[in-house]
Amino acid sequence: MQSTDPPAASLSADPSRALAGTPPIEARGLIKRYGHVTAVDNVDLTVQRGDVYGFLGPNGAGKTTTLRMLLGLIRPDAGVAKLFGRDPLVEGAKALAGVAGFVEAPRFYPYMSGRRNLELVAALDGGGARNRIDGALDTVELADRQGDKVGGYSHGMRQRLGIAGALIRDPALLILDEPTTGLDPAGMRDMRVLVRRLADQGITVLLSSHIMDEVEELCDRLAIVRSGSVIYEGRLDELLHSTGQRYRLRTTDDERALEVAAHQPGVGDVRRDGDGLSVAADEDAAAGLSIALVDAGLGIRALVPAAASLEELFFRLTEGDANGAAPSQERVPA
Amino acid sequence: MTAAAPVLPAVARRPSTWTVYLWELRKLRAQKRTYLGLGAAVVVPCLFIVALMVETGGPERVPFGRYVRETGLAIPLVLLLFGSIWLFPLIVSLVAGDIVAAEDRNGTLKTIFTRSVERQQLFIAKVAASFTYAVTALLLFALVAAVFGGLRFGFHPLTTLSGNTVGVGRGLVLTGGALLAYLMPVLSVACIALLLSTVTRNSAAAIVGALMISLVMQLLGIISGLEFLRPYLLSTQFDAWQGLLRDPIDWAPIGRAAWVCAAYAVPSLFAALVVFLRRDVTGG
Repeated sequence: MQSTDPPAASLSADPSRALAGTPPIEARGLIKRYGHVTAVDNVDLTVQRGDVYGFLGPNGAGKTTTLRMLLGLIRPDAGVAKLFGRDPLVEGAKALAGVAGFVEAPRFYPYMSGRRNLELVAALDGGGARNRIDGALDTVELADRQGDKVGGYSHGMRQRLGIAGALIRDPALLILDEPTTGLDPAGMRDMRVLVRRLADQGITVLLSSHIMDEVEELCDRLAIVRSGSVIYEGRLDELLHSTGQRYRLRTTDDERALEVAAHQPGVGDVRRDGDGLSVAADEDAAAGLSIALVDAGLGIRALVPAAASLEELFFRLTEGDANGAAPSQERVPA
Repeated sequence: MTAAAPVLPAVARRPSTWTVYLWELRKLRAQKRTYLGLGAAVVVPCLFIVALMVETGGPERVPFGRYVRETGLAIPLVLLLFGSIWLFPLIVSLVAGDIVAAEDRNGTLKTIFTRSVERQQLFIAKVAASFTYAVTALLLFALVAAVFGGLRFGFHPLTTLSGNTVGVGRGLVLTGGALLAYLMPVLSVACIALLLSTVTRNSAAAIVGALMISLVMQLLGIISGLEFLRPYLLSTQFDAWQGLLRDPIDWAPIGRAAWVCAAYAVPSLFAALVVFLRRDVTGG
């Protein structure tokens, strides 16, 4: 009989539990096909305790299908997904102990009030979930609308109710699928602050998103998916550093500057970029470039290091493809 | 959450199936269609009694039709016969055909299945809630018919199908037994509607489908070349209760109704359960 200990029982609380070393999410070789289309193609994911893990990819890349498999909502055609070492397909709802969240937009019964809906899901959680309803409603700032029917809620309110529904499970792992989608800018900001705060409380978060700023702002590790496959998995800062340094350059005559830069040793990949140029160079090469520009009689308006943004990397990773397949190729809606 | 320290998750206890069942009932109570079905179960007997008061004739050609003005006890029995044609199949499928499909429509299966409830618990709760609703509708129907029938035409002894007369007390007991016998095909229709609801994931398809199956069986029952089928049709079992109102009681049709109804209900429920346990929860 599997123990019903809380999966996130800390090492100190229960050192004998092998579970303490078990990653919150471990997926190996997940495959899901719909007819001829492979929506998820051999996905491996490992989310460690304390991670705020970004699951980044364009719409239709298979993110939601992967999340559904993690939660045991759909059966993979191949592969295994385990939450804290437990497979939902084998152990059923027990495998979801300590896990909460939603895939796609959170959905509730429209004919019942927000509070009633939370009471329902709390009843299905068992334990003390019911006692956490008030706190969760306060956290997502829905306390004053809790008596209204969910049918009348705005998209943002439903999204927040979804978070409240997840919080009353008192999760050690929170799985959020595009939580800011469809929110106005203020709502997006509030949602990100909330996710940050929950992560700071020690909750492991898997955040699926197609918004790169969001992942860059919140996550420390990430997987980038494209057409159902993971094309990068690892630390965000390593990814950002892996691409080398670039500088942005503006001069009094960018046409000539382009020529000078193209012939300057140590400077490569010279491109037009907005109202100036972008070059790949390390610090020394950049210094050499500035001298060469001045020697050529050009005034330097700006020569500033540009950190590679995740957005840039993302497009480089998701668009550059030996087969020339477009990143937006037809996918089963996940 | 307001806690500053990392929160350890509470031990996720499985809710009892009873709890899940109570919440299924609460969901039904919060939906209009439930009241539509129960309302029909109340209104139809009232309309029937009003019609009897306005008209002078009566449903003479059906069992107990001749006695509707002699005793209120005959009213529920006559109505059971009318109810079997489409009213009860409709009332029952209205909820049983929706109870799984509604979760698909609202996209709420994923909401439930990411809690601590097992799929089989939810299925059992849904079957039990559908049955509870069907029993409630039938009881309301009979109660309204008997009470208003009795108030209008009096509680007098009832003439059985064998021609002898039974007192009010025994008449009520027999009527109660008739309701129990009637419940068997009613619950079978509920099981078929549940299967369709689970498989089609669409309320309209499940409700219309279950109703069509009931109607097709009635049609098969009146085709003259197909008499051999008649004892095995679900529609025939809606008349089994009449065996109770003979003297002596004829148990044969009731015994047959029990196994014929089970032959429809059990495979339907089993198939629905297998589909429900294994299905992918997409959409929503």
